[in-house]
Amino acid sequence: MQLFSVLFFIFGFITVASAFLVVFSRNIVYSAFSLLFTFFGVAGLYVLLQADFLAVTQVLIYVGGILVLLLFGVMLTNKVISVDIKTGTMQTIPALVLVAVIAGSLAGVFYSMWRGTATPPEGMVSTTKPIGELLMTSYLLPFEIASVILLVALVGAAMMARRTRKV
Amino acid sequence: MSFLYDFLAWLPNVQLAHFLIVSGILFSLGIYGIVTRKNAVMVLMGIELVLNAANINFVAFARYSALNLDGQMAAVFVIILAAAEAAIALAIVLNIYHRFQTVNIDEVSSLKE
Repeated sequence: MQLFSVLFFIFGFITVASAFLVVFSRNIVYSAFSLLFTFFGVAGLYVLLQADFLAVTQVLIYVGGILVLLLFGVMLTNKVISVDIKTGTMQTIPALVLVAVIAGSLAGVFYSMWRGTATPPEGMVSTTKPIGELLMTSYLLPFEIASVILLVALVGAAMMARRTRKV
Repeated sequence: MSFLYDFLAWLPNVQLAHFLIVSGILFSLGIYGIVTRKNAVMVLMGIELVLNAANINFVAFARYSALNLDGQMAAVFVIILAAAEAAIALAIVLNIYHRFQTVNIDEVSSLKE
């Protein structure tokens, strides 16, 4: 087995195992911390797919931004006395059946459709410069729209989360 | 049994379908989290898992097909929207907590007091 395959199985195992912990752990703080490892595993998969810019973006935005935001959400919406904050579940059995069907059919389709894909040529090319150029040329309009969306979302979030509200 | 032989020969030789299957598993786990959890923050974590699964698909196809960098650009925009979505959703969750003193989404069932 090549090094590439070994690394893929390591990162894939980290991703899937910690995603299992996220979903099945009863303690919401444990879930949030397992989500950290899921995000790092996905960043590793990006590196294996030669998407270096995306891997760094994943670590910066997901781990540094979204995960911290989620932890704030956990801490602000529970009366924290100790660290064990249990969360309830509902309809686990039908959901398990549904999810098993979804996962099985997805894996079956992926396996039968793309089993024999040719491996692309090796050789690492940095993607940061091409992505920057694309953002300023073909993707200029989506880029500007995304910036406006981010501004509106942040103003709206700050507006909604204010404690005292004058109606 | 030839299916099994094919599968065992295919498994150690990592290519496109391996990444797709990992993302499929991640997607299903995210759906499970969204469907079963009562806590709204846990539902948000499930949504993040689903978005990550979609991103892995985008990047895998960008690498293994003629999609090239366009797939990675789609993934960049997904990450941007995920950040905006997390901020808005947490503001809504905080508002729900202030009004109902709980974030269990099965107890929050009225639109107006």
